[in-house]
Amino acid sequence: MSNVPADLHYTKDHEWIKVAADGTAVIGITDHAQAALGDVTFVDLPKVGASFNHGDVFGTVESVKAASDLYSPISCEVLEANSGLNNSPDLVNREPYGGAWMIKVKVKNPAELASLLDAAGYAATL
Amino acid sequence: MSDTLSRTPLFALHVELGGRIVPFAGWEMPVQYTGIIEEHMAVRKTAGFFDVSHMGEARVRGRDAAKFLDGIMTNEMATIKVGMARYTVMCQPDGGCVDDLIVYRLAEEEFLICLNASNAPKDIAWMRAHIGAHQVEVLDECAAWAQLALQGPLAEKILALVTSTPLAPIKRFGFVLGEVAGAAGCIISRTGYTGSPGFEIYLPAASAEKVARALLAAGKPHGLVPAGLGARDSLRLEANYPLYGHEISERISPIQAGLGWTVKFAKSEFIGREALHRQAQGGPSSSVVLFSLDDRRIARQGAVVFSGETPVGEVLSGTQSPILGKPIGTALVAAGHAASGTLTVDIRGNRIPLLLATEPFVK
Repeated sequence: MSNVPADLHYTKDHEWIKVAADGTAVIGITDHAQAALGDVTFVDLPKVGASFNHGDVFGTVESVKAASDLYSPISCEVLEANSGLNNSPDLVNREPYGGAWMIKVKVKNPAELASLLDAAGYAATL
Repeated sequence: MSDTLSRTPLFALHVELGGRIVPFAGWEMPVQYTGIIEEHMAVRKTAGFFDVSHMGEARVRGRDAAKFLDGIMTNEMATIKVGMARYTVMCQPDGGCVDDLIVYRLAEEEFLICLNASNAPKDIAWMRAHIGAHQVEVLDECAAWAQLALQGPLAEKILALVTSTPLAPIKRFGFVLGEVAGAAGCIISRTGYTGSPGFEIYLPAASAEKVARALLAAGKPHGLVPAGLGARDSLRLEANYPLYGHEISERISPIQAGLGWTVKFAKSEFIGREALHRQAQGGPSSSVVLFSLDDRRIARQGAVVFSGETPVGEVLSGTQSPILGKPIGTALVAAGHAASGTLTVDIRGNRIPLLLATEPFVK
């Protein structure tokens, strides 16, 4: 079954977000999402400085089978995009919670985190 | 049409092998086991095993069998030698495709025809509706046969491990009747849909699981892996083989699809001849092109093709080519633009140049 780490927050759209104490966060897609997509061939990520509202499309993940939009779990500003995915998009399949993190962001409104799912809540949707 | 999906005799084996099951053409089929790219590369480098039992079969027999088929098929049927197979298209009067098929000549007056899964009932009804005064019968044998494909450079070596039937004498598009893994009554055919060498095996449905297990076990030490419909699609697209509903359909004729070599105007009258002849003489209103992209994004079915700011076509199939490491696809493009060097495709608001290919990406 899918791996759902306990220390992350989740969206129903299969993104995860890990929030740090300094008000930054890292966003990626879940193990369930990568398994459903199959072999990932390309991840289209936003530029540093781009801003998104909760639920906005911030990028696209493309597999052999389909292209899927990536939805921002929270309102945020992009501090860094994972350039490692340019050369190794398959990291998404191998390390969805590690090397295949997608964007590092500044959280604009920490109160939005309360609307996200915890691990048990996300696991229940699968 | 029924809402229930059909299962091949190998359904339980697919689940046991970890296949991800998806609905396809009315069947529950494995789209992949370990991953499309890995399965694809196995077929190019070693060998892959496919269950294609969803494909349909019809037996056509009788005194007029060859003459009857020549009247409904674009390719020449009477000249197929016993023991040989031929690719053909079956057309509507307007030149649109009813289906594309492989016709196996079992005997002078007996043929076995491989049908696309989603078209099988339509094809059989079409054939029966055109029997007319011919002394011929069309038998629906879809349920009787299972079909396996063993494809890749090591396919022959692996198949030889489980059959006493000599394989070397089987020519490309030739076939023999023989035994595989103790199952009698198999048709072993040197054909395929991948662009790699290999065989397709038609066998009694009841023997399918035994033969499949024997093949997989014998081939495993040689790198044989089970491969799903995902790899089947990327393999056939690299080889530029058409897929019904994409490159050919009721609205895309064999002339438009670049399959003019399957249309034999010199033979006797056949359904669609007049319309196809007009297209071949005057040039069709649109035609299918093969392309690759120097980009990371895949142009998928329905993506719009532009010449400058004018929409001139649409993508029919698109995938990532594991061999090239870049996206490839086919598109239907309006006459006059098919050879243009300046076509682009719109992918989510980005205009990506189409790099037209004059030859398949694998041969």
